[in-house]
Amino acid sequence: MKEEFKIIANSIEKDKSILDVGCGDGELMKFINENISKKIRGLEISKDNVQKCIERGLTVIEGNAEMDLQQFPSNSFDYVILSQTLQAFLNPEKVISDLLRIGKTSIVTIPNFGFWKVRFNLLFKGTMPVTKTLPNEWYNTPNLHMCSIKDFVNFCNNRKINLFKSLALTNNKVSSINKFNLNFKNLTSELGIFLIEK
Amino acid sequence: MSKFEKIKKIIIKKPLKLDCGITISNYPLAFETYGKLNKDKKNAIMVFHALTGDQFASGKNPVTNKDGWWSYVIGPNKALDTNKYFIICANVIGGCMGSYGPSTLDEKSGKKIGINFPIITINDMVNAQFNLLDHFNIDKLFCVTGGSMGGMQVLQFVANYPNKSKIAIPIACSASHSAQNIAFNELGRQAIMADENWKNGNYELENISPAKGLSVARMAAHITYLSKKGLEEKFGRKLQKRDKIKFSFDADFQIESYLRYQGSIFVDRFDANSYLYITRAMDYFDLSKSFNGDLSKVFRNTKTKFFIISFTSDWLYPTAENREIVIALNAINADVGFLEVKSDKGHDSFLLDVPDFTNSLKNFVDNSYRI
Repeated sequence: MKEEFKIIANSIEKDKSILDVGCGDGELMKFINENISKKIRGLEISKDNVQKCIERGLTVIEGNAEMDLQQFPSNSFDYVILSQTLQAFLNPEKVISDLLRIGKTSIVTIPNFGFWKVRFNLLFKGTMPVTKTLPNEWYNTPNLHMCSIKDFVNFCNNRKINLFKSLALTNNKVSSINKFNLNFKNLTSELGIFLIEK
Repeated sequence: MSKFEKIKKIIIKKPLKLDCGITISNYPLAFETYGKLNKDKKNAIMVFHALTGDQFASGKNPVTNKDGWWSYVIGPNKALDTNKYFIICANVIGGCMGSYGPSTLDEKSGKKIGINFPIITINDMVNAQFNLLDHFNIDKLFCVTGGSMGGMQVLQFVANYPNKSKIAIPIACSASHSAQNIAFNELGRQAIMADENWKNGNYELENISPAKGLSVARMAAHITYLSKKGLEEKFGRKLQKRDKIKFSFDADFQIESYLRYQGSIFVDRFDANSYLYITRAMDYFDLSKSFNGDLSKVFRNTKTKFFIISFTSDWLYPTAENREIVIALNAINADVGFLEVKSDKGHDSFLLDVPDFTNSLKNFVDNSYRI
């Protein structure tokens, strides 16, 4: 399992209820289901992935987070997970507010657009960045709203969202982000992992 | 009548107060079973049939000599695996395959009940079938499932008996029958009643039947079970055994011939009055009505795990209506999964060989049984 999923799973307390938004083929859900909590459900847009999840014995609803999160009642899950999909939404702001409403804690991960390789691509090559965490070309990327770790931290601060844990991931090495190393982590990290609350 | 002797039946003594106010008792309920009931009686699945279905969900139907209506789903190693599960399917009351319905003989007069049969509802059908749990001495079913009107019965079952099934799989259905669907049902009923042989429902007394009307009803309904794309692919504008149009009202097109055939074989196996009663029951189905339109409240006590399935090309019970059930269950934080299966086969998809559907159904059922 990828390092990002291990960090997410480690952030979750035993037997708590979890909603995995954009759960993909259910890899993370399955791990959590087997090791941490049975009370886990998923929301996934791709029919193929929903079928894979069902095959794995996971409870998943086929749906679109931007349209279907509103049907979940407030405070109905202890944790809501959003792994590397925030940037693909038409309205990420609305999605974040739904996550905060539904979950007591939300775990959001983003591919960092501030990562030096991304900057290098644009600065020296003059082309849209293609990296490990951003594998698509400009013409076929599902990503609509890219942001950097710093952007996300600012976003939370401006909206008074309680960002109580920020982690950075590079080459499978995890480190903490704080206000003193923010600029440095924004340059050197591939992925940001954030735990937020209302 | 010998072919009807193969029908298994119980007589239900326990009185059942129907929604219309009439109480029935000592009425027959016909059923069929597949597979074996385990010693712990925890492997029972109740399958509910759709409008024109019956208890013969799998194997050969001894009356029509055709394959059971859910042969793609029920059988050894299939989605509902008869090596593992004990499957019970009953003919709904109001039906014409041995359960209490318009073609049941009235004890006093010795004649078929016909139009004197009381108006029934989906709720009545489910309450009648619930007696089968007692008959088999089953405390709790493992699963309730069915498509279309069968799906409605699944929802009604969980609403009435919130903890009597571990899992529930309503397929291609709705929690309340839409105006469009009522309209199509009314069209079918009017076709039957416009047939001069209907005789105000008393056709049995004269040994005739409103076959033309029933056939038209079936033809109209059959169109609603398919999709435009499916019709295009299967028939297009292809002509029926001819090179050019004949400038007549003969069945020039294959689709006409197909519909006429579907209508003609239907009248051999289905009773016109049953068609009236069952379509009426579907029209009256509105699960949230008694809870002021709040579907969530219908299921508030349930511990049942749900899996809802719809089909992309089903315009009779479209995904949006299936999704309303998902939304209602989500609102009370019930355990619910949902899949919209891609298929061009319209509403009928649930009866056909659609691997994405049967595989997902099997995976869900088998995984739920293991836990």
